[in-house]
Amino acid sequence: MDIRKVKKLIDLMESSDISEIEIKEGEESVRITRASASVTPPMTAAMTTLETPVAAPIETVQKPSGHIVRAPMVGTFYRASSPGSPSFVEVGMRIKEGDTLCIIESMKMMNQVVADKSGKIEAILVENETPIEFDQPLFTIS
Amino acid sequence: MLDRILIANRGEIALRILRACQQLGKQTVAVHTSIDSGLPHLDLADETVCIGHYLSANDIVMAGLTRHCDAVHPGYGLLSENAEFALLVEQAGMTFIGPTPEHIAQLGDKVRARKTFAKLGIPILPGSIEPVTSVSDALTIASEIGYPLIIKAAFGGGGRGMRRVNNESELGAALNLAMGEAQAGFGRSEVFIEKLLTAARHIEVQVLGDGNGSCVHLGTRDCSVQRRYQKLIEESPASSVSKVDLENLADKCAAAMASLSYRNAATIEFLFENGEFYFLEVNTRLQVEHPVTEMVTGIDLVASQLTVADTNLLPFDQSSVTISGHAIECRILAEDALGQPSPGLISGLRLPGGPGVRLDSHIYVGYRVPHQYDSLIAKLVVHGENRPMALARMKLALNELQIDGIVTNLERLKRLTEDLNFVNDLMNTNWNPE
Repeated sequence: MDIRKVKKLIDLMESSDISEIEIKEGEESVRITRASASVTPPMTAAMTTLETPVAAPIETVQKPSGHIVRAPMVGTFYRASSPGSPSFVEVGMRIKEGDTLCIIESMKMMNQVVADKSGKIEAILVENETPIEFDQPLFTIS
Repeated sequence: MLDRILIANRGEIALRILRACQQLGKQTVAVHTSIDSGLPHLDLADETVCIGHYLSANDIVMAGLTRHCDAVHPGYGLLSENAEFALLVEQAGMTFIGPTPEHIAQLGDKVRARKTFAKLGIPILPGSIEPVTSVSDALTIASEIGYPLIIKAAFGGGGRGMRRVNNESELGAALNLAMGEAQAGFGRSEVFIEKLLTAARHIEVQVLGDGNGSCVHLGTRDCSVQRRYQKLIEESPASSVSKVDLENLADKCAAAMASLSYRNAATIEFLFENGEFYFLEVNTRLQVEHPVTEMVTGIDLVASQLTVADTNLLPFDQSSVTISGHAIECRILAEDALGQPSPGLISGLRLPGGPGVRLDSHIYVGYRVPHQYDSLIAKLVVHGENRPMALARMKLALNELQIDGIVTNLERLKRLTEDLNFVNDLMNTNWNPE
């Protein structure tokens, strides 16, 4: 689907009360849902001071325990392959390395994010259909 | 009306763009990599998005789309002269604050740009008209223009893919090296040959077009003090050439860019030797050294870029551009005497100030200069009634500025600005007193 059309749809939604819209065009479909007000805490680091020199980038997000699966790109986070389909994973589910955890939509491409470790899904850190940043923690696996 | 601008750059220029946006009441979305989460403009932006890489066009466009931006400012370097990126931004329904993708492609190809400007009546250096692909072609051209000559990448920049050739015996090897470097650095192996000027001044003209056939110039800059083909000290206006000649050149450039219906800011670069200007290249973006032009014209170039993108109109006409006094810029680099990068933690900072002194920088005490990016950490810019007064201010400001914890080129800049060749305005692009 033409990305300009998607942008127009987003604008259209912004100026209306619609909270969700789904459009089908041939084989392609797009569903846009209004994001909740609280997205993610910004990744900006606090000013470092001389007393506490840091080598690694500081994480201001609360540190989740377990193995973290991070976003490999900027885009929109989807928990299911299509609207109405069951989510790939739920909290508490056992997964194997290579299992699909979610989809990130970027530049009209649906990119599958797979587990790089077997285990149990401990937490899902992002809400469905919200914009995500590169490197943002998505899941924790115990 | 553009309301929300994505800043697709880092460091001092990201901060500079953010200031212009906020002055015009526009919201900003800043992108940054994980390494760069300590940049100061991120605290000032309305929203920030972490991206994988500054050259990741997809990440940047998606950041713009998901954060409802209506325009992208590319800054300089990175993706600023990438026609495909500009096209991607426009296809996503956002405004690219710069020229059309077609103009970026047309003028970014140096062989095509040479032809374009030759046709518009602007003198080019003797050399090849078409890309050179074989040693026999190169030998033919060399016999016409003589030695020394320079081989350059058609799609290159920043000194890479450039080879000086002093005589025929060096030509074959140099051609192959330059083509290899061009392929590795820019993905295109096309090179061309130009006569090498050994005592030339680097002079450039700043222009701004509306995309509909109107174009103004904002005077000239002299960037003759370079190291390894990269500028180190820049001034405005150029003062080693007569005012009349400079004005003629600037008028010609504005007319040429108007005839192309060029949109937004560009710089047309020349070499000047023995009373003649020779076209070098066009930079289809904001330049690092734009502040010297701002200091002598009083015009905010970045804000002007935003206004042109917003309205497709020039915010001023040629008659309202007046040059007042003289400005000098020194590039402060985090590198040692051998030009090796010197990343690390800035543990102390003393900033220069006073009338006519401006520091464009993103560093602060506690900032860690990353080794992954450009070594430019600050631009020290001064303005004075004339060149000697500006130079006096620059010397004071260089002495005031102190950066602890990392090695910088400050001492080198102090020596250069004390050198009699610089004081007397006698430098050229090959001048290197050390």
